[in-house]
Amino acid sequence: MMSVQTIMKGSKCSNVSSEASVVVKNLTKSFGNLLVLDDVSFNVCRGEFLCIVGPTGCGKTTFLNSLTKLYNIDKGEILVEDKPIDLKKHNIAYIFQEYSTMPWLKVEENVSFGLRIKGYSEDVIKKRVDKVIGMVGLEKYRHYYPKQLSASMLQRVVIARAFAIEPELLLMDEPYGQLDLQLRYKLEDELLRLWEETGVTVIFITHNIEEAVYLSDRILVLTNKPTKIKEDLVNELPRPRDIADSGFVELRNKVTDLIKWW
Amino acid sequence: MFMENTRTVTMDKLMIKCSNICKTFESKHDSNEVIRDFNLEIKENEFVVLFGPGQCGKTTLLNIIAGLEQATMGQVFINGHEIKEPGPDRGMVYQTIALFPWLTVMGNVEFGPKVLGVKKKERKERSQYYIDLVGLQGYEKHFPVKLSGGMSQRVGIARAYCNNPAVILLDEPFGHLDAQTRYLMEEELEKICSKERRTIVFVTNNIEEAIYLADRIVLLTNCPTTTKKEYIIDIQKPRDYTSSEFLKLRKEITNETDQTI
Repeated sequence: MMSVQTIMKGSKCSNVSSEASVVVKNLTKSFGNLLVLDDVSFNVCRGEFLCIVGPTGCGKTTFLNSLTKLYNIDKGEILVEDKPIDLKKHNIAYIFQEYSTMPWLKVEENVSFGLRIKGYSEDVIKKRVDKVIGMVGLEKYRHYYPKQLSASMLQRVVIARAFAIEPELLLMDEPYGQLDLQLRYKLEDELLRLWEETGVTVIFITHNIEEAVYLSDRILVLTNKPTKIKEDLVNELPRPRDIADSGFVELRNKVTDLIKWW
Repeated sequence: MFMENTRTVTMDKLMIKCSNICKTFESKHDSNEVIRDFNLEIKENEFVVLFGPGQCGKTTLLNIIAGLEQATMGQVFINGHEIKEPGPDRGMVYQTIALFPWLTVMGNVEFGPKVLGVKKKERKERSQYYIDLVGLQGYEKHFPVKLSGGMSQRVGIARAYCNNPAVILLDEPFGHLDAQTRYLMEEELEKICSKERRTIVFVTNNIEEAIYLADRIVLLTNCPTTTKKEYIIDIQKPRDYTSSEFLKLRKEITNETDQTI
């Protein structure tokens, strides 16, 4: 169990408040006899950028799916803003590993999808869609279908859709794993900009240690099955960060040592 | 007994020569110029990485060297012979792994020598040697569906080596693996290469991977592809991803790389 003190340390980013936005208590999940999540507890502060890393196949995606109760969990309590998590009531956006755009909808229809489900008026929808499509730089492509776009553009559509609902919590499951490095850098910087602008709380799952060190305010390092929290590291490196900076390299090597299995 | 390495090491012999390669894909409605006047000379036993932004035409270039695709203009020579079609002197490792799903690990690895008519005893010995080399001993009888991504690509590498080709071509072989498995495979490939010297052309869009493995990096421009700059990498192998010279070089090359959207 993590102490309150660790949580309060949080980050020095102006976005982050010391109040917990997400509280996870004793989360346990197994598939049949296979115990995947073993009594995991942690908090995430409002506006914090939390990265979760762990060895390949350790159950990171299960972790996120259990957290949102997309999977039934065996035991545990998950609170968002002091209320039990409910995907219908809370404003939560989830970005999946695959580019989960709907192929029969144009870019702007994909982006407005969540808003329509939530029943916003056409006025609000138009305003919001204009805003987020502008934020990710896809103005020229709003009438295109997903298959006409490149991988990085699709990823931006998904990001725009997530931000359109003005989420209080943004969950991302290895969103940039399949992109090449140059695009990844670019989208990472875009994400940081959006995060700073909106003050959203982010839980970001990744395999990539460098990515975690680059993005996060805090890093949770997970163990292999069953998944537990091995280490809770505060990342106070000043932004914008530099991969060649000695503090950066030190933290990267520290996390690598914690999960290295290869 | 199968000889481990029959090739004599002569570092200065010219192995691959690409001269003035151009490639344009023509369709009914438009034409797309992918490669423009590309020249490259690779010496025997050199490890060359072709590095460039996504979708810049790297695979097309490699396919031309492999003989899988014809250049619109220009020629490729390997060991002085002009390349017109695929041949056993070039082993290829694919981005999509492309194992034969109906063959076991052993069946996949010995496929090349079998087609070339190598006797069974020698073929088995040779395949076993390369299966051991890539660390898959004990998996000889497994079928590809039972293997993880990293293991499948080990089979791909063993299969490419098993024909004892002069040149091995690798097309983003670790592109589909997660970051951690990729580090593992890069370390493994580095070990294999130091044990079994070959001329290697390796295509990637991952700068870390490029610097970790290469003797020389050829930085390509975005479409149409041609050489923008070359870097000789003389950091001692095995290399450290977080050493200051590694990171400095990584930044330098990243800044030189063309941007794509």
